[in-house]
Amino acid sequence: MEVGELPEGHVGDGFFTTKLSGLVGMARKNSIWPLPFATSCCGIEFMATMGAHYDLGRFGAERIGFSPRQCDLLMVMGTIAKKMGPVLRQVYLQMAEPRWVLSVGACACSGGIFDSYSVLQGIDQIIPVDVYVPGCPPRPEAILDGVLKIQELIGQESLRRRNGEKYKELMESYGIQ
Amino acid sequence: MMELSNETIRQKLTDKFGEFLTDWQEPYGLLTFTAPKDLNLKVMQFLFDDTELRFQFLTDLCAVHYPERTDEELAVVYHLHNLADNIRIRFKVFTPSERPDVYTATKLYECANWMERETYDFYGVNFVGHPNLRRIQNVEEMDYFPMRKEFPLEDQTRRDKDDEMFGRG
Repeated sequence: MEVGELPEGHVGDGFFTTKLSGLVGMARKNSIWPLPFATSCCGIEFMATMGAHYDLGRFGAERIGFSPRQCDLLMVMGTIAKKMGPVLRQVYLQMAEPRWVLSVGACACSGGIFDSYSVLQGIDQIIPVDVYVPGCPPRPEAILDGVLKIQELIGQESLRRRNGEKYKELMESYGIQ
Repeated sequence: MMELSNETIRQKLTDKFGEFLTDWQEPYGLLTFTAPKDLNLKVMQFLFDDTELRFQFLTDLCAVHYPERTDEELAVVYHLHNLADNIRIRFKVFTPSERPDVYTATKLYECANWMERETYDFYGVNFVGHPNLRRIQNVEEMDYFPMRKEFPLEDQTRRDKDDEMFGRG
């Protein structure tokens, strides 16, 4: 039975050897629990992405969670006003490690057309972002592509990354921990 | 009983306040006038209490910034509604943006509370006597009044946007 693409390793008669990180990566990337943080039209595209036609469930991300404590992929879709910023940050902080962030649409990535006093000019000003999906709004295919990119990241991630100095520095640059 | 008309309202107001009320207009049938800012409460109280006028509902309260009107840059606009006769009127008071103090309407109309907070939030009109005059929609840390025309609309904290791409290079 083909579960997914196997990590690099040695296949023999009745056994398979590989690195633990590859195995964990495979397990993680095929069982993402996304947390949708949808504030506007990109959220509508996300609903289509979750629907039967595009069906994000095909990629092992069937289980949408609505509690940050259970989820490992934060999907930010839509305009984030400056007043919403601390809320988004709080949601991110409540997620357990390892956690990833997907920024969907022009507004979440850069403020988009709302170059205005009230709108946050990109969520990466307050939380670290792993993958950006451009578009206004992006089509469901683009969101799927973003999720596949996230899967790629998850599959290749070293098990030590989140204990490393570099990661710590990144978090400290956002004033986290 | 005779129906309440714009003429009657105007006559009653002129009898009471005389020449203090100016700039009478009727765009699209909406009676509009300007009052001195110190009289705003007296005018509203009269419109509220008079047994014939009965303007007992405040539909809207907002401000307008006219940078070219020296010493009266900010206008505060009141929209009042007589629910019994279904008649609306509008009146404005002007205040200098240097010292934008206007008496609060919250004692008369409870709904003025949030509308005055919003007007303060965006235009910095200081409503004297307001029970809770602080920002309502913008972030608390904001240190300016974004709808005043001296402040650019664009976000001043952006670092990654190329001005040329946005047509202002």
